[in-house]
Amino acid sequence: MPKTSPEIGGMGHSVKRKEDPRFIRGKGNYVDDITLPDMLYLDIVRSPFAHATIKNIDTAKALATPGVLAVITGKDLAAYNLHWMPTLMSDTQMVLPVEKVMYQAQEVAAVLATDRYTAADGVDAVEVDYDPLPVVVDPFKALAPDAPVLRTDKEGKKDNHIWHWEWGDKSATDQAFDEAEVKVSQDIYIPRIHVSSIETCGCIASFDKINGKLTVWMTTQAPHAIRTVFALVAGHVGLQEHKIQIISPDIGGGFGGKVPVYPGYVIAVAASVLTGKPVKWIEDRMENLQADSFARDYHIAAELAGKKDGTLTALRIKTVADHGYTDAAANPSKFPAGLFHICTGSYDLKAAHVEVDGVYTNKPPGGIAYRCSFRVTEAVHAIERMTDLMAHEIGMDPADLRMKNFIPSDKFPYKSALGWEYDSGDYAGALKLAMDRIGYAELRKEQLEKRARGELMGIGISSFTEIVGAGPSKHFDILGLKMFDSAEIRVHPTCKVIARFGTKSQGQGHETTYAQIVAEELGIPASDIAVEEGDTDTAPYGLGTYASRSTPVAGAACAIAARKIRDKARKIAAYLLEAHEDDLEWEPGKFFVKGSPDRAKTIQDIALAAYTNHPQGMEAGLEAVSYYDPPNLTYPFGSYICVVDIDKGTGEVKVRRFMAVDDCGNIINPMIVEGQIHGGLTMGLAPALYEEIQYDESGNCLQGSFMNYLLPTAVETPAWETDKTCTPSPHHPLGAKGVGESATVGAPAAIVNAVVDALWHLGVRHIDIPITPAKVWKALRDAGVSE
Amino acid sequence: MAKIEINVKINGAEHRAEVEPRMLLVHFLRESLRLTGTHIGCDTSHCGACTVLVDGRAVKSCTMFAAQVEGREILTVEGLEQDGKLHPLQEGFFQEHGLQCGYCTPGMLMTGVAFLAQNTSPTEDEIRHAISGNLCRCTGYVNIVKAYQHAAAQLREGGV
Repeated sequence: MPKTSPEIGGMGHSVKRKEDPRFIRGKGNYVDDITLPDMLYLDIVRSPFAHATIKNIDTAKALATPGVLAVITGKDLAAYNLHWMPTLMSDTQMVLPVEKVMYQAQEVAAVLATDRYTAADGVDAVEVDYDPLPVVVDPFKALAPDAPVLRTDKEGKKDNHIWHWEWGDKSATDQAFDEAEVKVSQDIYIPRIHVSSIETCGCIASFDKINGKLTVWMTTQAPHAIRTVFALVAGHVGLQEHKIQIISPDIGGGFGGKVPVYPGYVIAVAASVLTGKPVKWIEDRMENLQADSFARDYHIAAELAGKKDGTLTALRIKTVADHGYTDAAANPSKFPAGLFHICTGSYDLKAAHVEVDGVYTNKPPGGIAYRCSFRVTEAVHAIERMTDLMAHEIGMDPADLRMKNFIPSDKFPYKSALGWEYDSGDYAGALKLAMDRIGYAELRKEQLEKRARGELMGIGISSFTEIVGAGPSKHFDILGLKMFDSAEIRVHPTCKVIARFGTKSQGQGHETTYAQIVAEELGIPASDIAVEEGDTDTAPYGLGTYASRSTPVAGAACAIAARKIRDKARKIAAYLLEAHEDDLEWEPGKFFVKGSPDRAKTIQDIALAAYTNHPQGMEAGLEAVSYYDPPNLTYPFGSYICVVDIDKGTGEVKVRRFMAVDDCGNIINPMIVEGQIHGGLTMGLAPALYEEIQYDESGNCLQGSFMNYLLPTAVETPAWETDKTCTPSPHHPLGAKGVGESATVGAPAAIVNAVVDALWHLGVRHIDIPITPAKVWKALRDAGVSE
Repeated sequence: MAKIEINVKINGAEHRAEVEPRMLLVHFLRESLRLTGTHIGCDTSHCGACTVLVDGRAVKSCTMFAAQVEGREILTVEGLEQDGKLHPLQEGFFQEHGLQCGYCTPGMLMTGVAFLAQNTSPTEDEIRHAISGNLCRCTGYVNIVKAYQHAAAQLREGGV
């Protein structure tokens, strides 16, 4: 039950979104909607080769094109030492190449022109002479001793190995495997995919030569961190942090793809600084898919040990991570494989050990999340597939095996074998609800009947645990910047509020939910609270929105800042009521004297007094700021059950039903949470059945446009069924956990498990995602079912 | 490049303009007329973010030249609200949480306006097929379907 009235609209109310009135009228303000006087357009020449020496770039014809003002090459940037930039993982990435290109669609040169059509003409007219080099696309071949060394820019580099990382107790794990009664092993490839937010990336860089100030409107999920990176990269040419303003306007979806700094942004900034004019760069969809950061690309070899009675004992994983030509992942510095070591999942395992090796190949860089918290999806996919394999191997119902091995709800906080301290959970409760809601027992009966008739039906479960809200500063930083986040709340004399945050919504509805948190804490109607994010000149510093960290970190900062305001309001109320502050009681929206509810001051009375009649000796005003350093991560969880029917003739998988039970702790806005889950489920369906980016042996991208990179439409997407349990986080000020990515993390394994469940009796043990009709059809043919 | 004169009615207002023959309708709307509610999301006519109505038919404006709209009537998302009253579909998207980032929303709305003009009692399956040329990455489509149903109910009652 919400503590506030619907008029106040605090936590638990499905307040309609404050963002929507502008969006439904076509009055959003996305980067490409912004036009500045005398603005120039930048377009990019890209490499047709995946690996080639650049012999010459002939710009003469381009420069002769009317309206083309300049062609920028790597040599031009090298004069300012801006041709390379650091990645978020402290590797290096070319802005524009001087010597060679490392992947197909890499930026080679940039054309500056008076309008976007002319800029494209200029791109066509630039002639580049390439000398192709041997291409390495397979990370295993890249690790072979005779593989050509790709990063010749790194002095002394003799192979394509980036880093080796391992975690956990190896000897205890090996011992558990030696003693195991049952072992299952499986190679699992989680392919390269792309977030494909419907808005691509872009920016407008505008350099004011008189004041030396650079303003950049850009598609970024992390404007403050981007500003600092810009200052670190370009401080030596005079761009210093106080003279850089990053504005992240409305963002048309992010999902992790708008965290990194792409070369196009940097070239646009350089072009504006050189010309003194605003420069717009907007990538098209093919550039977005072929050159922007990819996600996943993990080759996982997993083993799970247990007893014949279904008790799981240990997990051992070795992974090869294909990072493309540079490690441009967006992980906390300390964790090159992100939070992959959450891979013991929801289970009480005694031992686990994980190894990951990062590898360079001739592919675009990345390793960002795809709507997930730093490799959690890869971790969940691995453990949920292995759990199902074990269940089938020993002939136990996958639901029973999970129930037997769940971390019991009375063991929280729970220290996992890989060192994480899970904050709270009731995994059995979520799975039981999902089973009840979908009618699990009846479905198993139906499956048996159908199997007897030769029909293929499968039921798959995924009982995932996420790890979000990065993160505690002791362990979490990006390029040294600690992963706190911030809120600044100003209550004006008429009790209207502006609240600003270090995060940046890309559709999550922060303008609404943050206002609800303030409403909850101060009893001020959410409609009286304006939320602003994304302008580094006005918002407090924060690390941004990704990895489901906004509610766990900035949401907590919001609650803390509001409570500071409430503490001050109590003092003002005591003064106004001529009472001792210890004698006051709070109810949403007012303080009153204990036992005398008539002697009260509303928050509106107090706000006015803070500016007109504040106690002597107290500072005027009613404002607070909080930089929140979370004491722990939060661990949302859920249980998903998927029912699939498989067409024996075509191999097509149809998701008939999908029941998602989520637990994200206390909920701020139920409507928004449900919407996040719907969207997350669809981005779980997508890689499970449709999406993959592949390369041929020459490094040609095979899914470089929406012609063949298949986002699910409304037709493929099932009518999602959702429900929830509520296990509050004990350490978050609001008991909330974060939810935006849970469904994307948890859904794929449920779908794969359902497909394998449908085919197990035919000898099928595993199918890598995306489970295309061709893969299923081949499996059926191999089993002698299809012709 | 020689320009072509076009006369076109957009959201009820007459416009005369000179355009390059190669100029796409979506760029004409967004850049010449500053009607930036119509968005661009792909290069291949798959995403539908650029959907507008041309003589009442839903068209992907990235796939049509500005020069082709001579003498025709165009409705964009900016023209949906009439006299301060939202179109039932706009109301439906707001009430049913049919949008998140908002980027696909104008296209989803325009596709729906054309669709519901033909069918005010659609089944869920018909709605899902109707929007299959519009990609949404945020909502999972569930609430977009509900927004269409909300609008259809209002239209059946003679809301507009």
